[in-house]
Amino acid sequence: MSDENSNPKSNGVSRRAVLAGGTALTASLFMPKSLKASDFPTAAVNTTGLAVTDDTVTIGILHSVTGTMAISETGSVQAEKLAIEQINAQGGILGRKIEYIQEDGASDWPTFAEKARKLLVNDKVASVMGCWTSASRKAVLPVFEQHNGFLYYPTFYEGLEQSPNVIYTGQEATQQIIAGLDWVNRTKGAKSFYLLGSDYIWPRTSNKIARKHIENFMEGCEVVGEEYYPLGHTQFNSVINKIRLRKPDVIYAIVVGGSNVAFYKQLKAAGIDMTKEAPLLLTISVTEDEIRGIGGENIEGAYACMKYFQSLDNPNNIEFVKEFKKMWGDDMVIGDVTQAAYLGPWLWKAAVEAAGSFDVDKVRAASPGIELTSAPEGYVKVHENHHLWSKTRVGRAQADGQYEVVFETAELVEPDPFPEGYQ
Amino acid sequence: MFADYSMSELGAIFAMQGFAGLILFSVFVLMALGLAIIFGQMGVINMAHGEFMILGAYVTYIVSNIFAAYMPALFSMYFFVAMILAFIASGALGLFVEWAMIRHLYKRPLDTLLATWGLSLILQQLYRSIFGAREVGVSIPDWMMGSLPLTDMIEVPINGIFVMILAVTISVGVWIMMYRSNWGKQVRAINQNRVMADAVGINTAWTDRLTFGIGCGVAGVAGSAFTMIGSTGPTAGQLYIVDTFLVVVFGGAGSLLGTIASAFSISQAQSIMEFFLSGSMAKVLTLLTVVGILMIRPQGLFTLKLRK
Repeated sequence: MSDENSNPKSNGVSRRAVLAGGTALTASLFMPKSLKASDFPTAAVNTTGLAVTDDTVTIGILHSVTGTMAISETGSVQAEKLAIEQINAQGGILGRKIEYIQEDGASDWPTFAEKARKLLVNDKVASVMGCWTSASRKAVLPVFEQHNGFLYYPTFYEGLEQSPNVIYTGQEATQQIIAGLDWVNRTKGAKSFYLLGSDYIWPRTSNKIARKHIENFMEGCEVVGEEYYPLGHTQFNSVINKIRLRKPDVIYAIVVGGSNVAFYKQLKAAGIDMTKEAPLLLTISVTEDEIRGIGGENIEGAYACMKYFQSLDNPNNIEFVKEFKKMWGDDMVIGDVTQAAYLGPWLWKAAVEAAGSFDVDKVRAASPGIELTSAPEGYVKVHENHHLWSKTRVGRAQADGQYEVVFETAELVEPDPFPEGYQ
Repeated sequence: MFADYSMSELGAIFAMQGFAGLILFSVFVLMALGLAIIFGQMGVINMAHGEFMILGAYVTYIVSNIFAAYMPALFSMYFFVAMILAFIASGALGLFVEWAMIRHLYKRPLDTLLATWGLSLILQQLYRSIFGAREVGVSIPDWMMGSLPLTDMIEVPINGIFVMILAVTISVGVWIMMYRSNWGKQVRAINQNRVMADAVGINTAWTDRLTFGIGCGVAGVAGSAFTMIGSTGPTAGQLYIVDTFLVVVFGGAGSLLGTIASAFSISQAQSIMEFFLSGSMAKVLTLLTVVGILMIRPQGLFTLKLRK
């Protein structure tokens, strides 16, 4: 299932190519920083035999476009292709156009490892944008470390990992969780929490961090229940009754996949109106993408805590949303992970240009401290630990399926994949 | 666990929990009836059962969009139209699949397992190509979402009541067809002795096709109803298939009463345990109990008396 350089709409190829050429010309006229390939001889910028020629550089895209995870990963693929097209329109990286080879992980973890090996060993790609679930990332990690590849991983995840061969462009758990809990305690006076999740590593680790924070760092607050349901569980009436009995101030929900839809529909049907905030619902697993399946009217009034919402009002984001819809259609929605995936190619471009080389070791050395002022979420910066400094935001779900941003941290939140006191 | 609560609170919670159990029971019955017809009466292991359900869900999605666009005044009633169309669509696909695939495999029951599993993959990819990989949101008329307050504290979800009524209606319908109609007599005759049924002039080929079609049609109606409580996506059918087989096998293949009894016991056990234990633990214990009972009684709860 490899399709090289496939365009989203084949009938529009030639026109877009012309447009892209036009933009590149303006870019080179008005941007003094635009780099020429002749200034960077291939022999000098590529000493390790990567797929770099005098005018192209090849990278890999490795996501599931078939199987259960295709629901989630499609947005990431689209964002990465948009970023690549925009970078090429600006003249590429070190004067070289980015070409990509897309492989399908097929929602199957061994397939991810096999395709990663193919990209690194056979195709010699200079970097890979890919993976979504933690399981797929764990599966490809040994491959990337053995063959010294470089992966940009977009999903918010549980932390407890830091590989020299991965840049994590989503938030790790403490960044996403702590600010939200503090906010709900401070502004809503919430004291009691009911933790709920799907039964696998991310919700369990996240709830562990949430519980430690609630019990040790938030005065007078308590956890009144903690529960997990198997992935794909579709009946939540019993747990909804338990929540009624315990009367928590906050339902803290990390339910994923098809279960998500069932959970919110049944919550609404059971007469728990989230717009009344009694109890209030706070989630870290529902982006705009998930709301499409749930239905805005079924989740209206719930709060979500993450770093990006499509409704963010800043010039970068307005431009990004416009370009994304232009490329992929007006009915598209953009969730947190899609935006994080969009950062991947840009962060890699910045690191390569800072290093003046495509060599993985040099790009790695140049990565910490890389800044991006053009990110849709605002300013981000790569930390020594390969995660991003980013702001955390709280949004309130609206009936139209978008979030209204009600809070954002004043400063960038430091990534802390191995949080002390939370283990 | 209950020391802090008043009697009336506890009473209300247990009443609502009782309803939760009944709703789960109805969901199980709806899921399993179609399969009970196909697996129980024909012995075909239909791994694509979930995908027939999801076809019903997608039909509901399309109908809701059509009503929203062209007949907004009638939107609150679209669900009934959608369920009928879901039955027709899934049933028609069932007839076609039986003609194209299943009928060649009656003598090789294990191969139907592989063939229908392949069919489920094909259908999933088809849904993905047509409707996209993402889940679609089916808008449900307002009157069907929300709850009915019985007392100050007891609230019952309306869609739960709807699913219950539907489950009872379809069960009665299937029972009448199975035990009071000519077609039902023929199906049962074929099930008991295919060669003899053929010899006395029953058109076994057509009866098989119709049985498979009706089983799939019932699955489609179930899928249509589940848009109220679950997700609609290319792979959502997979969420139901394990529970469905569990109910049918535990009840004893070939017995409608067995299917209903097994749906009742599994749903009550699960719903009560979910209330006192965590969700994953409740599932583990339910499955362990079912496996234990099936080891002692491999034929399931109820069996037909057959002369082999």
